[in-house]
Amino acid sequence: MSDLLQLYQEIILRHNKNPRNYGRPGSFPHCASGHNPLCGDQVTVYWSVDGSCLSDIHFESQGCAISRASASIMTELLAGKTTEEASALYEEFSAALKNQGEEPSLGEGFGELVALSEVRKYPSRIKCATLAWQALLEGDF
Amino acid sequence: MSFDVSKIRQEFPILSTRVGQKPLVYLDNAATTQKPRAVIDALESYYTETNANIHRGVHFLAEKATAAYEEARGVVGKFLNAARAEEIVFVRGTTEGINLVASSFGNKFIAEGDEVIISAMEHHANIVPWQLLCEEKGAHLKVIPADENGELEMDAFDQLLSDKTKMVSVVHASNALGTINPIKSIIDKSHAVGARVLIDGAQAVGHFPVDVQKLNCDFFVFSGHKLFGSTGVGAIYGRFDLLESMPPYQGGGDMINEVTFEKTTYKEPPGRFEAGTPNIAGVIGMARAIEYLENLDRALLLQHEEDLLHHATARLNEVEGIKIYGTSKNKVSLVAFTLEGSHPHDMATVLDADGIAIRAGHHCTQPLHSRYGITATARASFAFYNTREEIDILTESLKKIQLLFA
Repeated sequence: MSDLLQLYQEIILRHNKNPRNYGRPGSFPHCASGHNPLCGDQVTVYWSVDGSCLSDIHFESQGCAISRASASIMTELLAGKTTEEASALYEEFSAALKNQGEEPSLGEGFGELVALSEVRKYPSRIKCATLAWQALLEGDF
Repeated sequence: MSFDVSKIRQEFPILSTRVGQKPLVYLDNAATTQKPRAVIDALESYYTETNANIHRGVHFLAEKATAAYEEARGVVGKFLNAARAEEIVFVRGTTEGINLVASSFGNKFIAEGDEVIISAMEHHANIVPWQLLCEEKGAHLKVIPADENGELEMDAFDQLLSDKTKMVSVVHASNALGTINPIKSIIDKSHAVGARVLIDGAQAVGHFPVDVQKLNCDFFVFSGHKLFGSTGVGAIYGRFDLLESMPPYQGGGDMINEVTFEKTTYKEPPGRFEAGTPNIAGVIGMARAIEYLENLDRALLLQHEEDLLHHATARLNEVEGIKIYGTSKNKVSLVAFTLEGSHPHDMATVLDADGIAIRAGHHCTQPLHSRYGITATARASFAFYNTREEIDILTESLKKIQLLFA
């Protein structure tokens, strides 16, 4: 179980059980859905753009703890960031998950997302961790 | 004679695998079964002693490979109790088998306004080929609904049947729920309105004997790899007069009588449907898997599998928050379930750390999962080489998962 306890850290279990910014807001200028055809998981992300920054990010999902925690952390982490900043964060996060070699170095600016870097040891689960991010960043701005 | 499961397990080399520090507990048999030594040896000996292309060469190895391939057709024919070996068409698996029938039979015999009936518990492989056909032809796809227990609603089936029904294609045993459907009644009722019937037997043949003449089905399709054979091979049983009336599926070598640029004539079945070089080793391996199975006491195997199913149902129900999907009295040995607070994929990852292989997801039956308002289940599926102790290991691991995600 010890390896698994690193995967299912307290942070992930907490976000899974009580996800932040969960549910469809009353109004939302933007929304996009992501779907994993391999497992049937679904996520919908809702957001606004304030000036050039993302704001009011919410999500709804039917998915595993990894995908829910990742979406929940994302809604907090990306609020107030420009889409360029958000894309840069996602690129680095995604590269760290796909890095099978040395320990990834998700440092400052990634906050609780660091807890998800263990997912890289479970290649079949990487898509779970990136589903909400792909929906938001590849959605219609 | 009692059933010695430890002796059986020794014949499946992969079952002694360790996953990290833990012994492998393989409970994903509905996805694919493991292979006995007899099958592994047959594949090796084919490539070391027999390998050649079939039906064309006149040399020693070509004759030997052709004889072994055609002998395998006889073995499969007897296994299903087909009236003759020529009623067996070798394909890549159940998926290709259904596509072949949908394409060949469907193109000739299904027209605009006709109806094809499938059921709510079909695998995508028995939905999509018929959808494609219906779209192309302007025919209509009708679906027999399933009830809360995971059984087909036969009254609704009666209402769907009419003289417009040209094909009824249903699964013998559901890969997602385990339900064994009342196939004989479905076949008889379909024939009464003049429809043909295809049975998807992928999850049936590894668990219990099938007699296509007694069932009186028109087509029966299965995969070798769910029957302890290798992947990439399977068979269609088709009543000979039907096969004779059907056009080729793919064109190519080995399926022709004579080719000119003006006109080509085709072989009689089954050759007409076997274009190109087939999976010769796989076909021979599948025959050895069938012989392996038939040398065992199948009634005893079935009794053991039923014991596993009852034990699993009782033990899993001990876990707080478990809900089992598919509670028909008539089931093959598998249990699909959800656990409150824990997604099936998280369960599968944690179980894997304990050496336990199960399947999580929609099991290629998305419409069925929508029917029950869920997107995924966890599925533990058993074969005769599984044990009660393995189910106990699964149960204890699920109890830990329940606490982890509580």
